[in-house]
Amino acid sequence: MVKVRIWGSLQSATDDRAEVEIDAGTLRELLDGLAREYPALRPQLERGVSVAIDGKVYNDSWFTPISPDSEVVLLARLRGG
Amino acid sequence: MALNTKEDTKMEFKVVGTRVARPDGIDKVTGRARFGADMSAPGMLVGRVLRSPHAHARIVSLDTSAAQALDGVHAVVTRADFPDLDLDPMLADIRDNCMAGAKALYDGHAVAAVAATSAAVARQALSLIKVEYEVLPHVIDVDEAFAPDAPALHEGRADESVPEGMSPNVMARYSFGRGDVEAGLEKADRVVRRTYCTAATHQGYIEPHACLAQMGPDGQADLWCCTQGQYMVRDTCAAILGLRQGQLRVTASEIGGGFGGKTTVFLEPVALALARKAGRPVKMVMSRQEVLRATGPTASSSIDVAIGMTKDGRITAGFAELRYQGGAYPGSPVALGSMSAFAPYDLEHVRTIGWDVVTNRPKSAAYRAPGAPMAAFAVESAIDELSRDFGLDPLEVRLKNAAREGTRSAYGATYPAIGLEATLRTAHTHPHWAAPLGENQGRGVACGFWFNFGGNTCVSLNIASDGTVNVTEGNPDIGGSRASMSMMAAEELGIPYEQVRTVIADTASLGLNEVTDGSRVTFAVGLATIEAARAAKREMCRRVAKLWGIDEEAVVWKDGAVHPAGPNAGKHDPMTLAEIAAIAPNTGGPIAGHFEVNAEGAGVSFATHMVDVEVDPETGATKVLRYTVFQDAGKAVHPSYVEGQFQGGAAQGIGWALNEEYIYGDDGVLQNPGFLDYRIPVASDLPMIDTVILEIPNPGHPYGVRGVGETSIVPPLAAVANAVSAAAGVRMTDLPMSPPKVLGAMQTK
Repeated sequence: MVKVRIWGSLQSATDDRAEVEIDAGTLRELLDGLAREYPALRPQLERGVSVAIDGKVYNDSWFTPISPDSEVVLLARLRGG
Repeated sequence: MALNTKEDTKMEFKVVGTRVARPDGIDKVTGRARFGADMSAPGMLVGRVLRSPHAHARIVSLDTSAAQALDGVHAVVTRADFPDLDLDPMLADIRDNCMAGAKALYDGHAVAAVAATSAAVARQALSLIKVEYEVLPHVIDVDEAFAPDAPALHEGRADESVPEGMSPNVMARYSFGRGDVEAGLEKADRVVRRTYCTAATHQGYIEPHACLAQMGPDGQADLWCCTQGQYMVRDTCAAILGLRQGQLRVTASEIGGGFGGKTTVFLEPVALALARKAGRPVKMVMSRQEVLRATGPTASSSIDVAIGMTKDGRITAGFAELRYQGGAYPGSPVALGSMSAFAPYDLEHVRTIGWDVVTNRPKSAAYRAPGAPMAAFAVESAIDELSRDFGLDPLEVRLKNAAREGTRSAYGATYPAIGLEATLRTAHTHPHWAAPLGENQGRGVACGFWFNFGGNTCVSLNIASDGTVNVTEGNPDIGGSRASMSMMAAEELGIPYEQVRTVIADTASLGLNEVTDGSRVTFAVGLATIEAARAAKREMCRRVAKLWGIDEEAVVWKDGAVHPAGPNAGKHDPMTLAEIAAIAPNTGGPIAGHFEVNAEGAGVSFATHMVDVEVDPETGATKVLRYTVFQDAGKAVHPSYVEGQFQGGAAQGIGWALNEEYIYGDDGVLQNPGFLDYRIPVASDLPMIDTVILEIPNPGHPYGVRGVGETSIVPPLAAVANAVSAAAGVRMTDLPMSPPKVLGAMQTK
């Protein structure tokens, strides 16, 4: 299980929990798991999120491995200029 | 994919880190470089856009018959000429921004376009288009738009994060942070609570938007344009116009600046629609007035901040509520502002709330570290005020609270190795910090943070038979990337820089490359270039080993040649890259290296800025006397370009702080759409901006590179405001700090 920190305004979609546990070994499994376990997150997941895994930010790479002791933080989608 | 090769960051460089000649220099200084407006085609028509004179109006009727009948007019398009496709909301907004649908949402919103044989005919045709508008109430100011009874631009666009009862113009709410802010503020010896405002500012690129489109009856289309991302243009135009991506080839011209403002489309779908209808090429070039009225500035903001500090300088809690207006459509960069506001600091209690608000202004576009400069202005101003109130050294206060490796950031993630502390310590020992100040002068400092991105990248490296090397990449060169890619390829191959030439491919010649944004190119394209060179080296090693009749493991690449290695390799004279290339047809054919990657895991970046100003007590005018940038570059591939990025960000930030703003009349019409009245800093306004490059290697890049293009615009708003506040003797909270505003503050203090 991976512990995922949820940003404040999304916590209404996770029963007000700031941290949730998802059974995932990759980024794809994490995103699928979040959508499955917390359907209210789906609109934001479809609009796009970024995920910080052990301090590095990932957007799209589904096969990115996540270990059970990884620090995983859900972030608003990052965009640059 | 992030390549964690931390040991490589200790390598000795021969080419990387030097200041080689820029490959585009001669073309640009002699006028040979071809920018967006320099393209032409046989039979080309001139395209022009009719724009709304109203800030908010329903389009009751639109009659183009007289324009279409005018001799020399070959096509007129309105929204009806764009297919009614089921687009996702973001693309639908881009389509609506390029050509208004039921309503014009801002002064300058496109409502129709013509293609004619000359500019004069096109202008006459525009005058013949009859538009009946029903003028609607408008709203320009972010706080007015935030009020529940504000005129509504859209109905039902707010996402699920927005509570009931909010203004219809609030599109989204974001919240980040942790701890108990109120409890943290209770522990403070002093709390500053203020509201800070920043004006909308334009990216101010010198080259206006321009493109040339042609489309044949078979559906094959070509587009030449000035953009930060030809693949983005291809994919966006194809989606909006119902084209297949592979049938539309987009070629990026040289680019006269972008700074985020060319990461979307404005003219391109219109030009393609006109070309499709006319059956002839159509060229469109914006005037400066059109650029300012109808392309993306950044958001304006209104930010409430509360920060508590103990008298020894420890921040006990930080809170910010940020309201950003992003123009007429959802998507202001408030989420990024909310995440970055307190990112430089190690805080136990921190919270930010961000509100995305729409107004009757042009759709905002990205601008260098989108959303972060405004947030940094508010937070760094409050920290400066507290530091001064306690008589503390503002750099030492920041050092006391600085995020370091292992700090959990305010946005949630824990930092790896970062360079903030190094920038602060270097600033503290720099001669600038100890230099004396004169009467009416003040010194300000501020820190800034940016995420930096990577993204989809594709590079091809081809070796010619004489040993010269071409690197083909897909990102328009805005800040010197052709030089940087050539340098990294030369470094990896062990050959002189002059032996490598890098070119920018069109969309049909290379796989997807994301936009030149997010400070991604030197990091991501550099990573791909290095890996493409490594692939070519592996192939050359394989061929030489076969030639020598030994195992591939028995050869190594060193100093631009294959050498035998190990006890069983035998004696062979090394073969240089040029020697291997010369016999390529005999050893298996052309030699190339490719690398395709979604280069994620880019390292974050920090900077500290220091500035001295003098405020004229009679006029309120501010003169910038001295400016020094301290920033972590990971590894500066070409230090001159890195210094240029630092200086450019500081210069734009100075303009944002002192001069630049969109000024609207009561009718919602932009009053200053030109560079005479919208005043960006010019050379005579600025001192030489000093730079100090720090190199804390990014473990996610083979050479330790971090993006540097955006962080440099994050601190200057606050640094200048802190300096002006010190010089004027009154805290300035409203940007720009134009002379009347400063004079007024000084007179009422």
